[in-house]
Amino acid sequence: MTSPVLELNNVNKSFGPAKIIQDINLTLEEGERHAIIGPNGAGKSTMFNLVSGLFRPTSGEIKMRGQKISGMKPHHITRLGLSRSFQVSNIFDNMSVRENVRCGVLWSMGYGYNFWRNIGNLKSVQERTAKICHDTGLISQADEPAASLPYADQRALEIAITIAGGADVILLDEPTAGMSNTETERAIQQIKSTTEGKTLLIVEHDMGVVFGLSDRISVLVYGEIIATGSPEEIRNNPKVKEAYLGEEADLPEVVS
Amino acid sequence: MSTKTSNPQLGLGPTNAYKFKTRVLPFILIVALFVIVPFLDPSRTAYSLMNIIGINIVFALSYNMLLGQTGLLSFGHAVYFGLGGYGALHVMNWIEQSGADGGFWASYPVFGLPIIGFAVGACAGAIIGWPSCRRAGVPFAMISLGIAEMVAAGAFIFTSVFGGEEGISGDRMNGVALFNLSLGSVSQVYWFIAFWTFVGIVGMYTFTRTPLGKMAQAVRDNPERVQFVGYDPQNIRYLVFIASGGFAGLAGGMASINFEIFTPESLSLVPSGFVLLMAYIGGTKYFAGPIVGAILLTYMQSNLSDYSEAWLLYLGLLFILVVMYAPGGLAGILLGFWNGVTQPNATERLKTWGATIGSGFATLIGVIILTEVTVRYTNGFGEIFEPFGLHLPPGSIVTWVSCLLFLAAGIAGLRYSMKRIADQ
Repeated sequence: MTSPVLELNNVNKSFGPAKIIQDINLTLEEGERHAIIGPNGAGKSTMFNLVSGLFRPTSGEIKMRGQKISGMKPHHITRLGLSRSFQVSNIFDNMSVRENVRCGVLWSMGYGYNFWRNIGNLKSVQERTAKICHDTGLISQADEPAASLPYADQRALEIAITIAGGADVILLDEPTAGMSNTETERAIQQIKSTTEGKTLLIVEHDMGVVFGLSDRISVLVYGEIIATGSPEEIRNNPKVKEAYLGEEADLPEVVS
Repeated sequence: MSTKTSNPQLGLGPTNAYKFKTRVLPFILIVALFVIVPFLDPSRTAYSLMNIIGINIVFALSYNMLLGQTGLLSFGHAVYFGLGGYGALHVMNWIEQSGADGGFWASYPVFGLPIIGFAVGACAGAIIGWPSCRRAGVPFAMISLGIAEMVAAGAFIFTSVFGGEEGISGDRMNGVALFNLSLGSVSQVYWFIAFWTFVGIVGMYTFTRTPLGKMAQAVRDNPERVQFVGYDPQNIRYLVFIASGGFAGLAGGMASINFEIFTPESLSLVPSGFVLLMAYIGGTKYFAGPIVGAILLTYMQSNLSDYSEAWLLYLGLLFILVVMYAPGGLAGILLGFWNGVTQPNATERLKTWGATIGSGFATLIGVIILTEVTVRYTNGFGEIFEPFGLHLPPGSIVTWVSCLLFLAAGIAGLRYSMKRIADQ
């Protein structure tokens, strides 16, 4: 029997007396696209920080393919093949787009802390970097400084760095936040194509995105998961309607 | 500035022509410069100045591996310079001894002492960096300050290693003479310094082009994100710290041969501060910045001090001005100037820049009159400031009127032209 890709067992996180995450249980199967929705302050980003190793859970454990990852440092978790993006663009400002993406590529290509090879001569690294830039639509700006990119492109770069290392579990924290409709559509297409066959955990506010992209959805309210299920089940769940969407709210039709 | 130099078909980065122009040509020019200089028949003074410049170039570049490349502000970089120098000097004395009794070091050429300096500096970096690289930012800076004080104080205590106040001295004309260099005269030392300066520059530039060097820049920009591409920022800082200590030790090894003496002063906060000034005034954002800074500040240190006892005041003023108005340092100014000249509408821009430089010059004259007259008045020897045959005594109205005129005109001109530049 294979263990699930990602497994959260009774995970709790408190900051002092404030209980941010309470008894979360969640299981992700191979290749699943799982969305976390919930109102502001529900603990979505905290949950991401727990899974990616930025925070250590107060109690409970997180496992990846059967291996316990809670308590590990972020770079160890990343090396196991779990990669995350950030809600606020978290890029290397003074480097070019290409260099940004290359930072994401290097470790996975086995170059680690290498200081005796000229980076310009690492053909495989250059090719993979160019491919990622191409796939995320950044190739024409590859030699621009990252800080000079327009907002939507910085978000694309954020995702490019996240997928550059070839991780097969991808955590995306509000990848389309602050984007216009057309930009969101483009971003979603790119996310779909670049995470093909990978396990995806995504936090998102845009309901159109959530219902169009995900296989399953979990609803997080005040640090607790109140429901998990297919988009259809979530749409018809009275508890979700009441707690999160308000009774009057109409959920959008499933797109694509 | 346009950076569209990539190879569009492959999308794999810069073209070969661009690579040659930016990554190979500068080094060819440096070698050419090093080779041409002796044919200009420099004086002994010029030779010794150039030798110190070479040492300081390597030292300042090694400092910038931390500050400019990795974002680590160190107040104790002279520790690695000094320890490397001491190590090299001890080996120099062992070579002399082995020459007499045929010991282990008899066949080691004095020319290779900077390698010893590198090894000692890197070891010191490995030991001291272990605790201090666990932190970045302010804690790192404070730890480096504390360690520098501690090592300098310790050096005065352990006299057998550091020689107490008079330090340790040696004689470079011993052992095997590599490349037929006996290293007797200052012009022979020039070749030694030129060789190791080149090795240092190439070594440190190459380092910036390696995966570790690139990840160091990533740590400088955003240590948090570095964790999420699979790297431990602490390890990156630590490894760069060791390399930086090594190159500082290399500079120390060069200095041990140039001066043939090292004192505990060389480990203190004073040279640590001076290397910070060289790197920062030169420009930490550019690889070549510290080279510019090392040349200018070494020149100021050895020549300006002949003209004015207040030269440190001018240095401080320069540092403050760079921090406030030119965060890219002198290298940034030079590069901006070059771009301004080569891009369209150059004449318009050059006019305002000319006005700025003119006003700056007038302000400088005002500051110089003020400083020099005051210094001469307060030191009580009754000297009179007499630039270019002028007579400017502190009691004369002419002195102060001219000083104020220069200052007022200069500052007004600066305000006006800076505004023009901002509008352009």
